[in-house]
Amino acid sequence: MYSKIISCGILGIDGYIVEIETDISNGLPAFDIVGLGDTAVREARERVRSAVKNSGYEFPLKKITLNMAPANIKKEGSSFDLAIALGILAASGQISQSAVKNSMFIGELSLDGEIKPVKGVLPMAICAHRNGTRFLFLPEANAKEASVVKELRIIPVKDLRETAAVVNGELGIRCYEDAGDDIVPVYSDTVDFADVKGQENAKRALEVAASGGHNCLMLGSPGCGKTMLARRLPTILPSMTFEEALEVTKIHSIAGILPKGMSLVNTRPFRCPHHSISDTGLVGGGSIPKPGEISLAHYGVLFLDELPEFSKKALEALRQPLEDGVITITRVNASITYPARTTLICAANPCRCGHFLDGPGKCTCTPRQIQQYLGRLSGPLLDRLDIQVEVMPVKYSELESDKYVETSPEIRKRVERTRKIQLERYKGLGIYSNSQLQPAMFSKFCRLDRKCRSILRDVFDRLGMSARAHSRILKVARTIADMDMSEDIRPVHLTEAIQYRSLDRRAWHL
Amino acid sequence: MMTVGDMHGKDVMMSDLKYWIWLGSLVSATPAKKYRLLQHFADPALVWEASEAELAASGLCTKKLVLRLVDKATRKESEKALESVKKCDADIITIYDKAYPELLRHIADPPLVLYCRGRLEPDEMCMAVVGSRRATFYGLDMAKRLSRELAEHGVTIVSGMARGIDSRAHRGALEAGGRTIAVLGCGIDMAYPPENRGLMEEIIRHGAVISEYLPGTEPSRYNFPARNRIISGMSHGVTIVEAGEKSGSLITADYALEQGRDVFAVPGNINSCSSRGTNRLIRDGAKIVTCVGDILDELNISHDTKNTYGGANRAALMKLGREEKTIAQRLLNGPVHLDVISRDCGISVQMASSILLMLELSGFVEQLPGKYYRLVE
Repeated sequence: MYSKIISCGILGIDGYIVEIETDISNGLPAFDIVGLGDTAVREARERVRSAVKNSGYEFPLKKITLNMAPANIKKEGSSFDLAIALGILAASGQISQSAVKNSMFIGELSLDGEIKPVKGVLPMAICAHRNGTRFLFLPEANAKEASVVKELRIIPVKDLRETAAVVNGELGIRCYEDAGDDIVPVYSDTVDFADVKGQENAKRALEVAASGGHNCLMLGSPGCGKTMLARRLPTILPSMTFEEALEVTKIHSIAGILPKGMSLVNTRPFRCPHHSISDTGLVGGGSIPKPGEISLAHYGVLFLDELPEFSKKALEALRQPLEDGVITITRVNASITYPARTTLICAANPCRCGHFLDGPGKCTCTPRQIQQYLGRLSGPLLDRLDIQVEVMPVKYSELESDKYVETSPEIRKRVERTRKIQLERYKGLGIYSNSQLQPAMFSKFCRLDRKCRSILRDVFDRLGMSARAHSRILKVARTIADMDMSEDIRPVHLTEAIQYRSLDRRAWHL
Repeated sequence: MMTVGDMHGKDVMMSDLKYWIWLGSLVSATPAKKYRLLQHFADPALVWEASEAELAASGLCTKKLVLRLVDKATRKESEKALESVKKCDADIITIYDKAYPELLRHIADPPLVLYCRGRLEPDEMCMAVVGSRRATFYGLDMAKRLSRELAEHGVTIVSGMARGIDSRAHRGALEAGGRTIAVLGCGIDMAYPPENRGLMEEIIRHGAVISEYLPGTEPSRYNFPARNRIISGMSHGVTIVEAGEKSGSLITADYALEQGRDVFAVPGNINSCSSRGTNRLIRDGAKIVTCVGDILDELNISHDTKNTYGGANRAALMKLGREEKTIAQRLLNGPVHLDVISRDCGISVQMASSILLMLELSGFVEQLPGKYYRLVE
């Protein structure tokens, strides 16, 4: 007997249809699964055997051959368990064949037949909908995640017995109804820019970074509030659109980091990997590719604390995705593209002991050590950080003061306005923010008048600014002009932008 | 028997240098002891040739020292050392040489031999400017400014080429086109601290780098206090710019008192740890320095300087625009952080940042690491 059940696999951040074909024939009892399954798929044999038996069905003592088509793509994970079990039940005539058409089954089985949640349900649901499937059977815990796809009928199931009963028509279909409450972005109350007292310069720099999508480097002594500031950046980034949220949720779903009971990731992600992370962990990869931290921070913020401690290899790997907004991982079988459009925020101590900025006499490093330390920062990655800002420890009197501090929503409103200006200006150019401006576009969008040009010349001559700061300054000046709703870059915009290039100054070259 | 006085002005023959290096670099005796040995025998060659009995009869040596003095091993080394001195292009100046600093000759424990790169001038008016290695911006500024102004009046600045105040003192003198002398606590063939290599070359061109230690001597913590006696010994006075409670520059001040030199100290904020040592010196009777004139007066150098300290470019500042002036005035009392400037002046941080850059470009202010700003004198 032969049966065919539809299930779903994940490639990159999209699902693809996997047909589970089961053939039962006479011969020595055997159970073989073909179709490039990994260890988890091969072990499904044992789970399915027990689950079928313990759910009160008969596991046929015949030669069972199971094929997962397309047979040339590697499949991984335990989400095929349910489909495999149903394939055997259907092939052995214990459930109706015709009823499983138009349905997709995903879920992991435990030995007693219970169905457990799996990763990557959202892209699977989207795939199911695209391929005209009407019903999606899935673990109860994943129902809310899949419910984002409104047109699909989601049937959460508890165990194998219940699934078989629904398929056989013994039990009525009970579709999942989503309350639809969390599409609207909710910002956590616990994190807000109003928590940050003082630090006006650093806050302004982050607002500029958010407004123009600029990557940013924060330098400061340990404990001066770099992490606190970075954590608050997502709260002033513009709210995510539905499409953006869907894409982020897909990635998080595949990585299995979706919070329980959440259908859409509706706030911008904030990822802060530890500095011991490998290059693969940061940009994605592996023999069966997985998204890395930079993709998990898609449309959000990737925060690298203690930047000089990261391995050189990991930081090198960041360069290309930062430029392109995507990371492509090529394997023999397939090449997978993960989106990676993120705002990179880096934090570093100014020197090994961390106290160089606290004034002379506080730092125990020799000038040579400081240069060595900063040397680790320099190079191509530093070139991709448009804004460099020094963060100083806050005085106690500032913590105590009850002076009004702007809240994140207020700042966000301005940021959204500035972003809109950019979106309109760059319509049809394939870029969406000032940070993506190419040198060829400078003459059109970053034109400087005579006064500005003379200031810039002065800065390079007198402050010993290095040449690579030039294009960074222009981009940031464009953003500051946009924040001011000014068509032209005026001297006041340019000078502020220049101030965000501390590391390029001679003062730092000791 | 010849005395040291009789030998003055007689340049020592090259062949004799071996004996000088041998006696000068002997580690078993203190500089004072070696000097007395020299006084007793008048010539290092005679010490070299002296028998055990003669040495013992001098009444200056312990048994142990006598054995060291007649030890053959130390003698071979001194020949090798002479070669190495020649190699590093250094002059050997013995206490009998004309070039030997006159003031230094008369302290209780003068070095018998100085190794010198550059040029020592007879009868130069020397002032030591020393201070803490871990100084504040204030100290660094004062070291540079005082040295520059002293150098402008023909004073040679003597210091130790250490980090912080010392380096700034040398730089101040060089900036004024004056002469400066660095006294090292290691061999003169190496730059210590290493980042001062460039500075050292410049000092050699515009003054001298000297040391009583053989070329090749590594910097050691025991050598530095000893070299401080040379710094004060060859100078007419010692100015301590900034010193904490335990700063090594206080040792220089002690030597200066022993040697009968004037001690000057630059006062600091009484809350500042970095000025504890100098403020205490003032309390104990050191001369207070409020402007370069205070030092010049004591050195009997005529001058027409006025005390302009703390009045940075006041006239020029008055011509600035309203916001610029507000910001500049906030900086009158030392470096201030951008956030504080913005808050105290009631100007948005981005505006303040922009104004400060323009002030920086026109040369009024200077940015320090960490977004601190200060007025340029």
